[in-house]
Amino acid sequence: MSVPAIRIQQVTKNYGSLKALGGVDLEIGQGEFFGLLGPNGAGKTTLISSLAGIVRPDGGTLEVMGHNVVTDYRNARRNLGVVPQELVFDPFFSVRELLRIQSGYFGIRSNDDWIDEILASLDLTGKANANMRALSGGMKRRVLVAQALVHRPPVIVLDEPTAGVDVELRQGLWHFIRKLNRDGHTIVLTTHYLEEAETLCGRIAMLKGGRVVALDTTGNLLRRFAKHSLLRVRLQRPDAGVALGGAAEEEGGWVEFAFDSYQEVEPVLARLREADAGLVEMQLGEPDLERVFVEVMNRA
Amino acid sequence: MLDPQARPQSAPRIEPMPVDSPFTGFRTLLYKEVLRFWKVAFQTVAAPVLNAVLYLLIFSHVLDRHVTVYGDVAYTAFLVPGLVMMSVLQNAFANSSSSLIQSKITGNIIFVLLPPLSYREFYAAYVIASTLRGLFVGLGVLLVSLPFVDLPIANPLWVLAFALMGGVILGSFGVIAGIWADKFDQLAAFQNFLIMPLTMLSGVFYSIHSLPPIWQSVSHFNPFFFMIDGFRYGFFGQSDTSPWLSLGVVGACFVLLAALTLAMLGRGYKLRS
Repeated sequence: MSVPAIRIQQVTKNYGSLKALGGVDLEIGQGEFFGLLGPNGAGKTTLISSLAGIVRPDGGTLEVMGHNVVTDYRNARRNLGVVPQELVFDPFFSVRELLRIQSGYFGIRSNDDWIDEILASLDLTGKANANMRALSGGMKRRVLVAQALVHRPPVIVLDEPTAGVDVELRQGLWHFIRKLNRDGHTIVLTTHYLEEAETLCGRIAMLKGGRVVALDTTGNLLRRFAKHSLLRVRLQRPDAGVALGGAAEEEGGWVEFAFDSYQEVEPVLARLREADAGLVEMQLGEPDLERVFVEVMNRA
Repeated sequence: MLDPQARPQSAPRIEPMPVDSPFTGFRTLLYKEVLRFWKVAFQTVAAPVLNAVLYLLIFSHVLDRHVTVYGDVAYTAFLVPGLVMMSVLQNAFANSSSSLIQSKITGNIIFVLLPPLSYREFYAAYVIASTLRGLFVGLGVLLVSLPFVDLPIANPLWVLAFALMGGVILGSFGVIAGIWADKFDQLAAFQNFLIMPLTMLSGVFYSIHSLPPIWQSVSHFNPFFFMIDGFRYGFFGQSDTSPWLSLGVVGACFVLLAALTLAMLGRGYKLRS
């Protein structure tokens, strides 16, 4: 049986009186596309930084491909590529110089073939000799991804890689990351764009207050935490909808009903007619991860 | 517990690229640190050389006919080793300290912290690069000064030993300052209120025998005095104090600072929280 790509056991971290991580347990299998979600301050970046050796936990153990990140840090880091959240770069060097240097840090000297492949995949070939200062924000973001991949790590962690990125670049980036995952790389993603996590991730962990409050496949989370169908109606008299158990939105007269099955929709519509609620507009839909996320956070 | 459905069944196992040599990481960090100052050599090498030469022109013009040192050594000749060593020390400090604080403030220090580099490799690369910059500038000052002065080199090994020791000590000092400082003005305070006074009051411009006895004694508490005095011994075969004593003091300073710097790096002080 293969070792997990990432194994996190009882990891704790405190900053003074602030408990950043309160005993996190997590295991991510090789080849998974895994989502790590949570509100700001939930501990996502602290957990990733602990995995990368940037933060030293107070307790517990972390392993990357079976290598302890403290006692066997060289092998652990060789197996891990991290795309940091902040758009950071070294202004002294060109893109190719940066990638060669980053490759050298990981002990690889002659790496131009792989560097050329990454540059081509990220549509950066034309900018290979440009100084980092001359690149747009989107290009700098792609260089960050390239730097994380330069030693071809089996495990890739992306800490909010699409924050502030335009739609076209985001699509291109996900296309490339999906390809890496198909090739066998384990991907761990943190993002505030929950629709991205829902589309991409096979399994998701949700963190709150430094603890894992939900951990399951994306499908199971959607089934477990949210009703199966949703009805949104815009009413002339929203109060009539609320009286029937709907949840009113703040503006526009919209009221929302959640059901276990679509068979429950018709009786509600009938009661709305009886109550003379004045149906103006209607939408039917399925629950999404955002709804699950809100529910999990409220329960935790 | 892992859910098998979450894993692709046919994904091949990926192995990280093999390491060429266990020293490649260290060599790359050293290369990058050298390249960093070399790319802006006009600012990091040429400007300090010009600065030192201006000192030489002004002080030698004013004092050369009035002052001799060690009996028969002309003041300009006496001054040159002091200026060379001052340049080595200040530039070795400036290199590691400015590189680290820039990397910390811009955030790109993360690219050095993520790879499998040990804290000893980190220390060695920053300190050697700093020493190289110090030596480049010192050599530049020496070469530019030679047309103005007849300078003997009595003991080249002493010259080399003290130049190297001065470079690694101030390179270590720069690592400490660069890691400790959170803002550029904290680093400037370190430079202006510690490094600069210790350098200026170390005998760069004078022999301590020209000072009153009390200040001669005080000078012996300044490690920079021993670096410059020992370095000068290499040129003239004469110095204010024994070169062996200077070497002992400088060596002890190096051991102390290296131990302190390695302890800071090993604990991840301000780098790995």
